[in-house]
Amino acid sequence: MKLAARWRLVLVVAFVGALEIASRRAWIDPVSFIPPSKMAEGAWALLASGDYTNDILQTLANASLAVLLAVAGGFVFGVCLFKLPRLRRVVDPLLLSYYAVPIFVVYPVLIVIFGLNRWPLVAIGFLFGVVAMATNTLNGLERVAPVLLRSARAMRMSTIDEIRLITLPASLPYVFTGVKLAVVYAFIAVIAGEFVLAGSGFGFRIAYAYNNFDNPTMYGLMLLLLVFVGTLNMLLHMAEERLYSRTRRASA
Amino acid sequence: MKRVPLTVVPDRAPDSTPCAIHAALTDVTRIYAGQKGKPPFHALGPVSLNLQAGEFFSVVGPSGCGKSTLLDVIAGLNAASSGTVTFEGVPVRDKVPEGVAIVFQEDATFPWLDVYDNAAFGARRAGVPENEIRERVEHALAFMGLKAFTHSYPVQLSGGMRQRVCIARAMVVRPRLMLLDEPFGALDQQTRLLMGEEMLNLWRETGATVMLITHSIDEAVLLSDRIGVMSSCPGRFIETIHTGWSRQRDSNTALDPRFGELTAKVWSLLRGEALKALGNQS
Amino acid sequence: MSTLLTSTLKPAHQHRKWSDGALLVVALLALWQVASSLLGAEVLPGPWLTFLKLKSIMSDDDFPENLRVTAVAFALGFAISCMGGVCLGLVLGAQRLAGDIVEPILMAFYAIPKITLYPVVLLMFGLGLYAKVTFGVIHGIIPITIFTMNAVRNMRPVFARTARACRLSPVSYARHVLLPAAVPEVLAGLRIGFSLTLLGTLIGEMFASQSGIGHMLMIAMSRNDSQTIMALASLLFIFATVVNLAMLKWHQRLIKAP
Repeated sequence: MKLAARWRLVLVVAFVGALEIASRRAWIDPVSFIPPSKMAEGAWALLASGDYTNDILQTLANASLAVLLAVAGGFVFGVCLFKLPRLRRVVDPLLLSYYAVPIFVVYPVLIVIFGLNRWPLVAIGFLFGVVAMATNTLNGLERVAPVLLRSARAMRMSTIDEIRLITLPASLPYVFTGVKLAVVYAFIAVIAGEFVLAGSGFGFRIAYAYNNFDNPTMYGLMLLLLVFVGTLNMLLHMAEERLYSRTRRASA
Repeated sequence: MKRVPLTVVPDRAPDSTPCAIHAALTDVTRIYAGQKGKPPFHALGPVSLNLQAGEFFSVVGPSGCGKSTLLDVIAGLNAASSGTVTFEGVPVRDKVPEGVAIVFQEDATFPWLDVYDNAAFGARRAGVPENEIRERVEHALAFMGLKAFTHSYPVQLSGGMRQRVCIARAMVVRPRLMLLDEPFGALDQQTRLLMGEEMLNLWRETGATVMLITHSIDEAVLLSDRIGVMSSCPGRFIETIHTGWSRQRDSNTALDPRFGELTAKVWSLLRGEALKALGNQS
Repeated sequence: MSTLLTSTLKPAHQHRKWSDGALLVVALLALWQVASSLLGAEVLPGPWLTFLKLKSIMSDDDFPENLRVTAVAFALGFAISCMGGVCLGLVLGAQRLAGDIVEPILMAFYAIPKITLYPVVLLMFGLGLYAKVTFGVIHGIIPITIFTMNAVRNMRPVFARTARACRLSPVSYARHVLLPAAVPEVLAGLRIGFSLTLLGTLIGEMFASQSGIGHMLMIAMSRNDSQTIMALASLLFIFATVVNLAMLKWHQRLIKAP
C-alpha cells in the first residue's frame, strides 16, 4: 500500500476513533450525536430488517434514470457546444451560475408538470448532472490533439472511422470524468429532492427520522448513504485513473 | 574509463580579468540513491574541470549524459555526491553563490510581470537600488533588442524573445559567471544562430566567464574557447578541445577551415557515445 | 485529472461580442415564454410576470431585511471558505505527501450529498446564523482548497529553479513567485466556490432560518407560489452571473490574455 494511502487510513481511523471517544464521553452532546459504533449497529440493523429496502431501491432507480438521461443529454449538449463555438463562448459564464441557484426550487413546478411521482425527482437529477456531463464532454473533445485529427485526414479516414477510432478514444478519459460527475450530482440531487419534498425514498426516510427525533435511525441511514456514495465514488475514481494513466506517464 | 584532468592554460587572457581559475570541480560525482529496490542511478562523473576566468566554455554530449546535472552542481542547485566544487575559491554545496547567473532551457519569464519587471527581478531581490536597476535594465533590454517591448507581457512575445528576456535578467545582476543550460534548445536554427552572435557580444561586453551546455556541435565549436566533450551516461569528459578563436569572433568563424576540422573531430568523439545514448533510451 | 466542474476547460477564444450575449439572453427569454404559454402561467410564470413579481417583492417592506440576512450569512461563509480554502490549499500543495493523503478524502467529501449532513449541523448548531454559515462553508471550501492545491502543485518547476538561482529566501519565494504564479488558478477555484457557497447558504436558510431569501424560497415552495419561486430564482441567477462575469474578466486580466 502506498505511503499516502497508509497515512490516509491512519487519519480516517484516528478521526472515527476520536468521534467515538468524544461521543461516548459526552464531550459532544449525546442527544445530537451518537457514537460511530452505534451508527454502524443501526445501519446494519436497518439493512437487515428489510424495512428500507423499498426506499433504497426506489432511490437507486430514480438516480439511475437521472444518470442515464444526464449522460446522454449532456453528451449531446457537449458535442453541440463543441461544434458551435459561438454558442459556447456565450454560454460559458452561465454554466457556473447554473450551480449557484438551488435547482430544486423548481421542484414544485416539476411536480405540477409531471405529477406526484418519480419524474420530478428524475428531472432534478437530470438537471443537476447534465451540465457537468456537457462541460466535461466539451473539454474532452477540445483536448483531442489537432495533430491526431490531421493524421486521420492524412490516412484518408472516413468521418465515422475518425470519430470511432480517434476522437472517442482520445476524449474518453474526460468524457468519463463527466459521467462520474453526472453520477455524483444525480445522486445528490435525487436524495436532496427526496429530503425536501417527497413521500418516499431514501432521502425522505432521513428527513422523516430527523423530524421524528429518531436519531439512531437517522444516523444509521446517513452512514449507509456515506458508505455507499464513498464506495461508488472510489470505484469510479479508480476507473478514471486507469483511463487517464494511458495518456500521461506520471499520474497527475 | 577515460578521465582527463583539464588544466589547459588559455593562450589569450581576457582584457580586464587576471588569468585565474574561476570555478573548479575536482572528482565530482552525482549519484542518486535508488528508490524502492531500484539500484542507485549514477548520473555524472567523476569529472574534474577548471574554468578559466573570462573564458567561454561549452559542454557537448549526447542526450541524458548529465550535462544539465553538471551545470546544476556548479551552480549549487544540486549537491555533489562526492568531490569538491569551488567558485572563486569558496566551496559550493547547495546554495547558489552570489555572482552566478543561470539561464535555463525552459522559458523562465514570469507571466504576471512585464518585460521590464522580469529583467529587473533578480537585481531587485538582491537589493540593488532602483535607479541603478533602471540603468542596468534599460541597457540590458537595449542590448538584447527588446527596448520596444519594455512594457509588454511574456504572453505577447515569441519563444525567442522570452529567452532574450531571461538572458537580460541574467545580465542585469552583473554576474561574474554565467551558466546557460541549452538556452536556445526550443528555438529554430536561424534564431539560434542569431542568438549565438548575441551571446558572444554579451560575453565580450560583460567580461564574465560563460559556460554553455548544448547538444549542437556547431554551436559549441563556433562560440567557445574550449569544448568539453562528454560521454554518455554517467557523463565524464572524454576530451577537451581548444578552438583557439580570437576573442572578436562572430558567425564568420564558420568559414575558417579549422571550423570543419574541429566539428568533425568533436563528432568523431561523440558518435559512439550518441549511439549508446540512443540505445539506452527506454 | 478529475475536473470538479469546468476547471480545465481551455479558455474560450476571448472575442466576447456583446451581441452574441444579448442574442442568447433574448433566445432564453423567448424559450421561457414559450414554455410558460405551454404549461400555463400559474405553473410557470413567463418572464414579464416574473419581472413584475420581482419588482413587487423587492419593494416589499421585509425584503431589505431578508436580503441583509442572506448577504451577511453568505459573506461570512464565503470569507471563511476563501481564507480557509486558500490556506489549506497552499499547505497541501506545498507539502506533497500531505496533499496526496488528503485529496481523496476531499473528493469523497465533495461527492457526498451534503444535504444529508444538514441534520447533524442543525443538531449541533441549532437554527440560525452559525448553521447557515456552516452549510455555506462545507459547500464552498472544498473546491477552493482543491484548486489552490493544484495551482501550487502545477506551478512550473522552472519558477522554483529561478527562485533558487536568484537566491530567494523561502518567504520571498512564496511572496514573489509562488503566490503570483498560483493566483489565476486560485481565482478559478474562487469562482466555483462562490457559486457553491451561495448554494449552501441558501439551502441552509431553507432549513435553518426564519428569515432570508432561502427562507422566502422555502415558504414559496410549500405554498406552491411559482411566481415568487421564479422571481427569486431569477434574482439569484442574475446576481451569480454578474459576479461570475466580473471574476472572469479579472481572470483574463490576470493571465494577461491578449
